Amino acid sequence: MPNSVPNSVADTPTSETWREWLNTDTPRSRFQARMGALWRGFTRMTSNKLTLFGMLILVFLVLVAAFAPLLAPHDPYAQDLGKRLLPLFSDGHVFGTDSLGRDILSRVIYGSRITLYIVALVALIAPVAGLLVGTASGYFGGVVDVVLMRVTDVFLAFPRLVLALAFVAALGAGIENAVIAISLTAWPPYARIARAETLTIRQADYIAAIRLQGAGAFHIITKHIWPLCVSSLIVRVTLDMAGIILAAAGLGFLGLGAQPPSPEWGAMISEGRKFILDHWWVATIPGLAIFLVSLGFNLLGDGLRDVLDPKSSSDD
Amino acid sequence: MSDTTTDIEGGGQRLPFSPTGSPAGAPDATPAWERVGGIGLKILTTIGSIAVTMVGLLFLTFIIGRVMPIDPIIAVLGERASGSAYEAMRLEMGLDKPIIVQFGYYLWDVMRGDFGVSRLTARPVFDDIVRVFPATFELATIGTIIGVVLGVPLGVLAAVKKGTWIDHVSRVVALVGYSMPIFWLGLVGLLVFYGILGWVGGPGRQGIFFVDIVPTVTGLILIDSLIDGKIDVFWDAVSHIILPASILGYFSLAYISRMTRSFMLEQLSAEYITTARVKGMSEWAVVWRHAFGNIKVPLITVIALSYAGLLEGSVLTEIIFSWPGIGSYITTALLSADMNAVLGGTVVVGLVFVLLNVFSDLLYKVFDPRAQ
Amino acid sequence: MTDAPLLDVKGLNVTFPTRDGGIFHAVRDLGFTLGRERLGIVGESGSGKSMTGRAILRLVRPPGKVIADHINLEGQNLLDLSERDMRKVRGQRISMVMQDPKFSLNPVMTVGNQIVEAYRLHASVSKKQAKQKALEMLEAVAIRDPERVFRAYPHEMSGGMGQRIMIAMMLVPDPEILIADEPTSALDVSVQGDVLRIMDKLVKERGMGLIFISHDLNLVSAFCDRILIMYAGRVVETCEAGKLHEATHPYTRGLLNSLPRLDEPRERLDVLQRDPSWSA
Repeated sequence: MPNSVPNSVADTPTSETWREWLNTDTPRSRFQARMGALWRGFTRMTSNKLTLFGMLILVFLVLVAAFAPLLAPHDPYAQDLGKRLLPLFSDGHVFGTDSLGRDILSRVIYGSRITLYIVALVALIAPVAGLLVGTASGYFGGVVDVVLMRVTDVFLAFPRLVLALAFVAALGAGIENAVIAISLTAWPPYARIARAETLTIRQADYIAAIRLQGAGAFHIITKHIWPLCVSSLIVRVTLDMAGIILAAAGLGFLGLGAQPPSPEWGAMISEGRKFILDHWWVATIPGLAIFLVSLGFNLLGDGLRDVLDPKSSSDD
Repeated sequence: MSDTTTDIEGGGQRLPFSPTGSPAGAPDATPAWERVGGIGLKILTTIGSIAVTMVGLLFLTFIIGRVMPIDPIIAVLGERASGSAYEAMRLEMGLDKPIIVQFGYYLWDVMRGDFGVSRLTARPVFDDIVRVFPATFELATIGTIIGVVLGVPLGVLAAVKKGTWIDHVSRVVALVGYSMPIFWLGLVGLLVFYGILGWVGGPGRQGIFFVDIVPTVTGLILIDSLIDGKIDVFWDAVSHIILPASILGYFSLAYISRMTRSFMLEQLSAEYITTARVKGMSEWAVVWRHAFGNIKVPLITVIALSYAGLLEGSVLTEIIFSWPGIGSYITTALLSADMNAVLGGTVVVGLVFVLLNVFSDLLYKVFDPRAQ
Repeated sequence: MTDAPLLDVKGLNVTFPTRDGGIFHAVRDLGFTLGRERLGIVGESGSGKSMTGRAILRLVRPPGKVIADHINLEGQNLLDLSERDMRKVRGQRISMVMQDPKFSLNPVMTVGNQIVEAYRLHASVSKKQAKQKALEMLEAVAIRDPERVFRAYPHEMSGGMGQRIMIAMMLVPDPEILIADEPTSALDVSVQGDVLRIMDKLVKERGMGLIFISHDLNLVSAFCDRILIMYAGRVVETCEAGKLHEATHPYTRGLLNSLPRLDEPRERLDVLQRDPSWSA
């Protein structure tokens, strides 16, 4: 193992020594150690071809979403009834057009923004809510624990999609409400994970030491328990992403998520459904997009789990 | 008992439901009052905890129906209700009373099987559910059978032949299953097998010439037609159920095969497997008698969870295939803002979920010698 | 040769591929013969002693590889046998008792069924006869209430009971060789002696060969006729158990000197010195 620390340029490595700097067994700073650990995790993950493939899909998704206006050949909302239901590889419409003559490729490209938007919001709301409930439950114990865990169980007692349907029914259709509904059904597993982690951490001697120094519950939870819950939550979030995408698409398909004319993929499938027998591509193309993106998240999630959680059993 | 549920979480992440809370991983996951010994007490606390979960479940649907932003009166009467009608309905629904009293009424109604009247069908929601439930039950059952019959051997094989092509195939099959939108697969399946190949019956539960021929006994057409001796009706029903059930079965297969594989891998590396080999057993017997014998019980839990999951998957599948089950019922009600029907359906699905979990827990306790 | 040894191993190598593409030698060029005697194999953990036992039974799982000049069981090279013929050797002619009965007994099968199964794999007898035989074996390993134990599940047994059950199960088809792989290290000290005595008595009565694998030099020297000392996959010394104090190899001497002795009290025990050249 090359563990020679770059001598003269210890903290500002040149490009040739980047690898050495990251791989060193004797890091000089906390930052270097952390970067080294990240790097080693990254190399382990990317050494698995499937994980790498998943990562590439997601990078591609982000790029497509970011540069949608540049990439899309047409306005995703521009209707042209003269050119409706054109087949694949038509002139100027690689993926054909839908029943209103809109370019399917452009709609799929813009749809990636909606997908990312939903996933990002749910991935922010649900784990944070779960973390709050779980750490409170685990740290305070007693009645708080019993009540919060009961509530969690009740939420878990419903099939997710059915509960989300009920929420949307009460809240009204729409993309924000879909996000809220999915988040409301997605937080309980995170709460269980956070609670389990908190229970183990709470017992640790160093927590007792901090408490003796006069630290309050708020300080202990935010500064010492939350940071340690993060890695198992991240794994779980990545594995959940595919489910979130599928749930969002399902709501869109039922007409309860994004509303027309928005190019949400699930809603696009729903529109194409009427023509499935004669114009199959209208519904098939957005379906492939959904499949590809959730496949990407599943592959990445599997890889992340192998790196962050070698026992590969995230317990909640 | 914690290790099995841990693995359920580990593999698929699809169905992380355990309403009674008992299988949660951490050693002190059970609240103190449940840890007190005594078999009788244990049964009591189990029943109590199921009851608490169910009341909680009803409270949640109650909140969704009565308290969330939509005005429940407008939900019932529509936007153009007159002032006096509005006020009358407010009193009739007991909305002038405190929330907890309202919930009491709701609880009382539900316990008598009264979910209110559906605005769409103008019949009691309870009767509607009784009528549509068998269709979903039939579909989910056939789907689970397909998933178990194919998924368990695939998972065992993948574990035994770990790292070979069959293991890779099983991994791809599962990954695709986890990543595919079920409604889209249904559409494509309909396109290919009905539209292009014409191998299966189209949407719906029966062909139009076969509807209402056999009398309803169980509500399951596959069985009712056999009871009545109408083979043609039976085959028509088979041709209609085979595609949606296979699609549901595929998702169940993906989950079951993955879980089976991870359970089997764990067992195959256990020391007692070496013991069996030392005895001179054939590899077949080692795998099926010893290793598989040890995963039967956790596998039952997985199958129960996957069965429950198909109830959920059936919501979207039923729409695609115009299948007159509870999923179609809830969605149709939802699109016409028929809150009573939506909540009634949701409660029933939730209850079935809870019962399936309790049931698999129970099986676990009965069949695993270590759990006694 | 009228008196071929029971087991004759020559040039045994067990290798495993490592993560970075190299090869790990678990056992190197190992050779020994076994008569109807008690042979001890001693070494630290990782010295390859357990792998030796598994290699003889051809139970090293891929990607592990076994190569040997021969592993002769009464003149028959086990490496030439088909897997099907090998299964007739396992259990019936060579058997093995493993470390921890908590893991080596199938948790969801009753004790009785496991013993009956071991017996019926090699003897065509009725279930009833097999049960009779199993009960006899349980009695032979000094289990007081064989009927009850027969119906019990492994988790209901103590460690000492479990290991006696294991011995009964492994001896029921009447093998010629028993490999005991650390049979007492997972047990409570108080029952170790009992289990060893029972095993010794049965092995002697039946005139079997015993390969006793252990890390405990004292135990092995007290219990066996002959001892192989292994280090890093290689036999560094073979000696008669009674003449262990005459051992010459520095590793053996090191092992001996690092043990406390009542008759030679010392202020400080020696620290074991290792020399890479021993394994080269």
